[in-house]
Amino acid sequence: MKEILEVLEKDGRATPEEIARVLKKKPQEVRNAIKKYEKEGVILKYKAVINKDLVKDEDRGLRALIEVNIIPQKDAGFDKIAERIYSFPEVASCYLISGTYDLLVIVEGKNIHTVSSFVAEKLSCLENVRGTTTHFLLKKYKEDGVILKHREENKRIAISY
Amino acid sequence: MKNVTSKKVEQMQPSGIRAFFDLVLGMKDVISLGVGEPDFVTPWAIREAGIYSLEQGFTSYTSNKGLYKLRLGLSRYLKAKHELDYSPDEEMLITVGVSEGLDLALRTIINPGDKIVVPQPSYVSYGPVTELAGGLPIYIDTTKDDFRLTPEKLEKAIDKRTRGIILNYPTNPTGISYRKKELVALGRVILKHRLICICDEVYGDLTYDFEHIPFAGLDGLKENTIYLNGFSKSFAMTGWRVGFACGPKDIIAGMTKIHQYTIMCVPITSQMAAAEALVGAKKPVEEMKREYRRRRAFVVEELNQMGLSCHNPQGAFYVFPLIKKTGLSSLEFSQKLLKEEKVAVVPGTAFGASGEGYIRISYASSMESLKEALERIKRFLGRIKNAKK
Repeated sequence: MKEILEVLEKDGRATPEEIARVLKKKPQEVRNAIKKYEKEGVILKYKAVINKDLVKDEDRGLRALIEVNIIPQKDAGFDKIAERIYSFPEVASCYLISGTYDLLVIVEGKNIHTVSSFVAEKLSCLENVRGTTTHFLLKKYKEDGVILKHREENKRIAISY
Repeated sequence: MKNVTSKKVEQMQPSGIRAFFDLVLGMKDVISLGVGEPDFVTPWAIREAGIYSLEQGFTSYTSNKGLYKLRLGLSRYLKAKHELDYSPDEEMLITVGVSEGLDLALRTIINPGDKIVVPQPSYVSYGPVTELAGGLPIYIDTTKDDFRLTPEKLEKAIDKRTRGIILNYPTNPTGISYRKKELVALGRVILKHRLICICDEVYGDLTYDFEHIPFAGLDGLKENTIYLNGFSKSFAMTGWRVGFACGPKDIIAGMTKIHQYTIMCVPITSQMAAAEALVGAKKPVEEMKREYRRRRAFVVEELNQMGLSCHNPQGAFYVFPLIKKTGLSSLEFSQKLLKEEKVAVVPGTAFGASGEGYIRISYASSMESLKEALERIKRFLGRIKNAKK
């Protein structure tokens, strides 16, 4: 992976100037590279990783992983029906999967009712959707490479040779 | 009770900055740039191997030399990485960190009164351990030569009683390292006088601007070199205490004799984990190295910009800026900075008298802490400057 991406993946707020300093490049060079990554879709967006367990009255407090079995369409295969599913704002992620089902859809909702009604009233009703299995997420331990824990105390002694 | 400790121990110089260290340890909310170990936790694959070995019931002694599996792995690792040929059977010993390796090496080669050349500023233990082994450390001040030992100065320091030299590169505390040409020139002097070179290369894998060349790999120098290295720095394994010594058969046999009576063997859990490190940690190790390199660029530039001139260190995770301009001594600077801004650094004098006028800053800290700490140092310098006006 290019090192600019490595820096940004750790700290999305690092400015081109800061990145240029640590990589010994010119700021303009970094700016151009980032622009190129953004244009090519290598960098899709910048966001904060939030530990939602610590945030109260959250609109998207509950996550469910839904296995979806679908009947592929002629000419379009899975893509067309996937598009119809991932276009719903409730869908946070959508993957085509090998194995016993076809799509893995991650849905976010306020509570169990909002998620269930999305599955019952929208997802299951789509023609080509043959069946669904819903798993509610109980606890998040690690997300996008970040372990979701309170800051740990420093284990090193403060000064040593 | 009188005379409870031996004369030898009484003569050992206590570290002059112990009081300063105690001050740091007693304070809360300090950002410490005084730490001599990685801020990363040991990569998980290595920790997991340690846990697994415990689950499997590996809780016994190992052979004195160390687990064969680990020595064999090391032998292959050194061959692949540095083209070094060391037999796992006769030319290798697993030690409790480089610290033990250094002690064994010195005790093995020194006859009473033998001299050992130590370029300074240097790691704190070289002098005292040499003395404990009955030797006489001969310090060479390197501050005028960009902290490098030059062949000329080495030549000058040698006399009939000189037995060897301790060469540490990349160097703690200065971060400097040597290119091949410089090493070859030093090697010539060592061969000419038939000295033993004890090489502490524990920071070797953390070399950023050029390839690290082990001294033992230079033409004709294998027989004159005791190559000391360990897992602490490159694999972030300081607390596991695993190092190794490679060298000529007779020297390793001598070192093993002392080791078997004093240490017996390195803890088996640590050896098991270290064996895994050699094969299963390439990616995290390279990631750590890149992170250190980025921090180095940031810290060196910031320090120079705020007027603390420092060279660009080629390895380890230390910078050694000059603070003479502030009019403070190393210790005064460190104490004042700690009290006023709660930033801890190590006074240069901890690494020998020639370290006066310098401080050691470790960048084995997160980028966040480094930014905050350097901001505080800048503020501190501003105040000193204004007070002078």
